[in-house]
Amino acid sequence: MINWFKFSAPSTFYPLAGKLIPIFWTLAALFAAVGLYIGFFVAPTDAQQGEGYRIIFIHVPASWMSMFIYCVMAFWALMGLTFQTRLSGMMSSALAPTGALFAFLSLWTGALWGKPMWGTWWVWDARLTSELILFFLYLGYMALHAAIDDPRRADRAGAVLSLVGVVNVPIIYFSVTWWNTLHQGASVSLTKSPSMASTMLWGMLLMALAFWAYTIAVALMRARSIMLEREGNTEWVKHLPDVKEAV
Amino acid sequence: MKPRHKRFALIIGALAVLGTAAALVLSAFEENLVFFFTPSQVVSGEAPKNRAFRIGGMVKEGSVQRDGVSVRFVVTDTANDVPVTYTGILPDLFREGKGVVAQGKLDDSGKAFSASEVLAKHDENYMPPEAQHALDKAAVEKASKTLK
Repeated sequence: MINWFKFSAPSTFYPLAGKLIPIFWTLAALFAAVGLYIGFFVAPTDAQQGEGYRIIFIHVPASWMSMFIYCVMAFWALMGLTFQTRLSGMMSSALAPTGALFAFLSLWTGALWGKPMWGTWWVWDARLTSELILFFLYLGYMALHAAIDDPRRADRAGAVLSLVGVVNVPIIYFSVTWWNTLHQGASVSLTKSPSMASTMLWGMLLMALAFWAYTIAVALMRARSIMLEREGNTEWVKHLPDVKEAV
Repeated sequence: MKPRHKRFALIIGALAVLGTAAALVLSAFEENLVFFFTPSQVVSGEAPKNRAFRIGGMVKEGSVQRDGVSVRFVVTDTANDVPVTYTGILPDLFREGKGVVAQGKLDDSGKAFSASEVLAKHDENYMPPEAQHALDKAAVEKASKTLK
């Protein structure tokens, strides 16, 4: 069995993350290039919406990621509160800005699509409102974390907030089936076959993979700088090759 | 029990309580979270009488009558119909046989709806025009077979 706790020590995680970052940047670039090519040149025009539907290649993956990243943050929060590992809080706070970015992208691209298709930028239906709450939860997490000076206490407060907020994620996901909403139901789900042309679906899935790889790359980079910031005066940081060279 | 097992159990317990509370609150607010009423709900009198609300359903085939910028159409959920009048610009996706959500009030008779805003509701199907043509053709053939 792998000893996972070994990797939860920043001194082993830091060099591992350093090796992974370029791999995930490359994956993100490759998936995004193929995904965007399919999205703009291969996927057919939609019968009802014309070319405007192509926003889904950004909108849907961004919405998925905004929900998924929040779940990952909640997972780290649970790990942090249970095992009191230093890494957990660092990972949560490294993920939050990217989650907020995707939640914002989802709302913004949705508004751009909504104006020509629905006839309005915004409506207060259950799907749109719960996604807006998710965006505020990300902002709230970052504000709370920044407001507390002691990093361990900031981590604990943030962990509680992200665990409480995770209740919102299933609400977003199922809002379109539980209530009458203006937002359409899911085109892609685990329980039924997708209701879209297969090239459109491929473009969307590749973009989702690109966003996923991008998230890992930037979160690891952010986690590495948080580690240096917080553990700057420890022995393992002083012995890092990059740090030694700089001194 | 080790302290960390205890902490884990406490957190899971707290989350379960929180989830239940959220579920109860949401089911209590269920009616207020409804974005629109269906024609059947309007016909059976569930929709508010004297204030604005939204009605949602399909635009009935062949029911759209345009008169300059005014338009009349029928919203249906196949079981019941409600006639709607509206003056203004319609969204691109407003079509016969497609979803629509209109905001407005019932008139004094309680039967007809006068809308101040009309939004198109898109369904979850994304397909190229050729696929749409094939579907339409299949529907026509099926209809002609049943007529024979």
